[in-house]
Amino acid sequence: MNKETENLRKEIVRISGVNPVKCMRCGKCSATCPAYDEMEYHPHQFVYMVESGDIEPLLNSKSLYQCLTCFACVDRCPRGVEPAKLVEAVRLAAVRKQGANHLKADDIPALLDEDLPQQAIVSAFRKYSK
Amino acid sequence: MQRIGVFVCWCGSNIAGTVDVQAVSEALKNEPGVVFSTNYQYMCSQAGQDIIKNAIKEHKLTGMVVCSCSPRMHEATFRKTAAAAGLNSYMVEIANIREQCSWVHKDMQIGTEKAIILGKAAIAKVNLNAPLVPGESPVTKRALVIGGGIAGIQTALDIAEAGFPVDIVETKPTIGGKMAQLDKTFPTLDCAACILTPKMVDVAQNENIRIFSYSEVTEVKGFVGNFDVKIKKKARYVKEDVCTGCGLCTEKCPQKKVPNEFNLGMDNRRAIYIPFAQAVPKVATIDPNACNMLKNGKCGVCAKVCAAGAIDYKQQDEIIEEKYGAIVAATGFNPISMDKFDEYAYNQSKDVITSLEFERLTNAAGPSAGKLIRPSDGKHPHTIVFVQCVGSRCAACAEKGKEYCSKICCMYTAKHAMLTRDKYPDTEVYVFYIDVRTPGKNFDEFYRRAVEEYGVHYIKGMVGKVAPEGDKLMVQASDLLANKQLHIAADLVVLAAAIEPDKSARPLATMLTASMDTNDFFTEAHPKLRPVESPTAGIFLSGACQGPKDIPETVSQASAAAAKVIGLLCKDKLTGNPCVAHSNELMCNGCSSCERVCPYGAITYIDKEFRMPDRTTRVRRVASVNPAVCQGCGACTVACPSGAMDLNGFASKQIMAEVDAICK
Amino acid sequence: MKVTYFPGCTLRTKAKDLDMYARRCAEKLGVTLEEPKDWQCCGGVFTTARDEIATKLSSVRALKAAKDKEQMLVTVCSACHNVIKQTNHAMQTDADFAFRVNNYLGEDEAYHGETKVLHYLELLRDVVGFDKVKEAVVNSLAGKKIAAYYGCLLLRPSNVMKMDDSENPSIIEDLIRAIGADPVVYPYRNECCGGYIALENPESAKAKSSKVTKSAAGHGAELIVTACPLCKYNLEKNGSEIPVVYFTELLAEALGVKEEDNE
Repeated sequence: MNKETENLRKEIVRISGVNPVKCMRCGKCSATCPAYDEMEYHPHQFVYMVESGDIEPLLNSKSLYQCLTCFACVDRCPRGVEPAKLVEAVRLAAVRKQGANHLKADDIPALLDEDLPQQAIVSAFRKYSK
Repeated sequence: MQRIGVFVCWCGSNIAGTVDVQAVSEALKNEPGVVFSTNYQYMCSQAGQDIIKNAIKEHKLTGMVVCSCSPRMHEATFRKTAAAAGLNSYMVEIANIREQCSWVHKDMQIGTEKAIILGKAAIAKVNLNAPLVPGESPVTKRALVIGGGIAGIQTALDIAEAGFPVDIVETKPTIGGKMAQLDKTFPTLDCAACILTPKMVDVAQNENIRIFSYSEVTEVKGFVGNFDVKIKKKARYVKEDVCTGCGLCTEKCPQKKVPNEFNLGMDNRRAIYIPFAQAVPKVATIDPNACNMLKNGKCGVCAKVCAAGAIDYKQQDEIIEEKYGAIVAATGFNPISMDKFDEYAYNQSKDVITSLEFERLTNAAGPSAGKLIRPSDGKHPHTIVFVQCVGSRCAACAEKGKEYCSKICCMYTAKHAMLTRDKYPDTEVYVFYIDVRTPGKNFDEFYRRAVEEYGVHYIKGMVGKVAPEGDKLMVQASDLLANKQLHIAADLVVLAAAIEPDKSARPLATMLTASMDTNDFFTEAHPKLRPVESPTAGIFLSGACQGPKDIPETVSQASAAAAKVIGLLCKDKLTGNPCVAHSNELMCNGCSSCERVCPYGAITYIDKEFRMPDRTTRVRRVASVNPAVCQGCGACTVACPSGAMDLNGFASKQIMAEVDAICK
Repeated sequence: MKVTYFPGCTLRTKAKDLDMYARRCAEKLGVTLEEPKDWQCCGGVFTTARDEIATKLSSVRALKAAKDKEQMLVTVCSACHNVIKQTNHAMQTDADFAFRVNNYLGEDEAYHGETKVLHYLELLRDVVGFDKVKEAVVNSLAGKKIAAYYGCLLLRPSNVMKMDDSENPSIIEDLIRAIGADPVVYPYRNECCGGYIALENPESAKAKSSKVTKSAAGHGAELIVTACPLCKYNLEKNGSEIPVVYFTELLAEALGVKEEDNE
């Protein structure tokens, strides 16, 4: 792992508080994930790829924005790894960069319908933009 | 003043490589009490021991220090050497200059300096040593085996075969344990009943074995060779010696709706019951929580139909007191509750079952007479999903699962999958696994047969959710090698539940003062070298109460425990450890601190008369140590606030002398 | 009895019903809901990032306000409840986080998660008691088959939410029983509806939501109840065969306070 990757890995571990080494690679997170089919990299891959420093593909993946933060993987993981927190940390590592917001205010009007609760917009901003 | 000899060992280059042994023996020559000091290549060799023996005689030594390896290694050797030359064994001290010095230092100067200090400490201690003579105690030549599963059965049979009487205490109405519930056994697939029930009959017929079924141990006192045990024989409301086991009462009893625990609640039994056809003892038992006669005096059918007149509604619990020389814990295991894993819907669907329930469903004597059916509707299942590691290797939350591998699940799941495919070729069988762990003779071959010959689909991945929809169980799972999420419409889901020690083990361990690990498995005296003994003398371990085990391993360990018991019971007398605690009665204030910390129950309080300076007498409560029970751990000596408690051979002043010598 | 009540942004706009019925039922059951002054939106979702404090400050302010009044903090929106309970948990267990938050807020007295956070359902179960609710029922809903939809926010992460068994919950079913109706248990009641993904990827939300509603209807439910505006939106938007209502509306009906005039 080069220095830059190592730093990125440390940053993600720090933000998430998740220790990917605890993973025993059972795959229960990916078995549980309701957004599995929309993801290119699946929850167990997030854990493994962060652990091994293969983070660049994750940063550029649409998978980051498919996680529903439903915490099913967090609850069912037998090792207490909490994959959703790791996914969130990688997403933050991506969107915290200047100009890298995934969702922009200008995009919103086109996405709205009149029944959509405010909660959805607020939540999406929290998750997708900084 | 002692006359002390110092013997510095080189241990080849093990010590001499980093410690200047010549300098050590020279330096120690001038210590107080030392009259002789030398060094030699291998002190433990015959030649080395001769040097020691000659020196003891020639220099009239009253004490000696060997600077060598750990006392765990050769203390016993050098004690024997001393005794052979007429020196009391307990006048020998070992300065460990190998494990704690030469092996951990690289620098000769530092190593030598430390070796000298360690030698000085040992010399300071020997100066205060006094000869000790171990006591002796007799041995009651009878063993107690707690638990009547295959572990307890094998241990009892082996001990009985050697000619010693054995009692088995079993909480259930019959012996046989978990093995009696199984269908076939891996890796040879012989039927469990066919190999177990003859052993159960052997137990029943062996003149040296008594079975206390439907009984439990309530009190254990005493020590190795001399245990006093109370056993509660619970009232079964049936005279055991009169009942013929004909079973008529169990057919006529009108209370038909009692969940049958032997079939894990998958069918019902009567209020009066015999757990299974081959039960030993083959005696009926009345369940007091279900029997109308016992609850409200309205019934009495069983007494009317019993030709032998064995029913006794007035029967009381009975306490049996017996003496034993050795006790074997064989309390076994249980699958954990699936309540905390309801993502697999165990509490939401009857068709999600545990592996032990699967055993009953495929057992010819089980609730479905061996026909594999769905418990919900009795239909034949076509798609069956097995989930491994449910609650095993689970470190997320202590209330949920177990951190350890339950060890037996990979093999029994392979067995279940294989037998299902063998008997019902129209089934599709999936096994979800994290790792397949099949070390053991013919074990991996067995698992591979399930895959290669029987076409079981082994999928590396885990099940995340089981959703009962209609009459199907929608299984959502990961296939890690295909990198896919799978959705399988299953008819039956079988969970390989983690196993845990029986709940009776923890209170029993307290009674036995036997140590346990955080998972409530009994701890062995040494994980490699003394695997079937508890650290508490006279307590032995058999089967899964010590850790997860399959049947072959359990039987091996059961026989090993029996061998240890036989070795103990063969002796007429036991030599004790003289390094035990004793209380200075004049200083003891009777506070009970020592009694509370003693893990072995060796300390009691007695009322004793003391003469006062004014010639009156006064009765005071003082601590008294039973030297045969005391293991010399020293906990009491630090707990004692008045300094009355001390340990022979490790007296506080000896320890302080060592510390002083090191700090000087 | 008075409790601090955090309504949340959506309950002021698209989910007025959820709020209105909650207030009426509480009054009927002897609980007064008091809004803290100047509350702000909770943010909708809890950010799990340990280094973020700004996104959690509004929750801490509401929690602190409840503490100052020595009251518990009650929420009825699943999302608000989830965010506030997780924030409170972080204030209790993450000393570094709590230090930075307290530093920023600069209040005289530091806050360390002292406030008890309850969802309205927990208030009914643990404070009022379902027995009391049962006694207060005037229009029994006997015979109505109702499916509870928990979604993810009420139950997870279970070690923080501690509301119920996250895989086999019963709190809403028990409430349904208390008002005389028959709960319908179905397996997807604790699976996600898709949540905020509805904004960007409505197809994804549709797949998840329709799985839930189909399962509930398939198990014989006539009605689904939920505590979350976004769940309600997703389930309805994606073609639920059966109506989806807030549990407070159903409760109001049972307690006879549904038809009261507004204000």
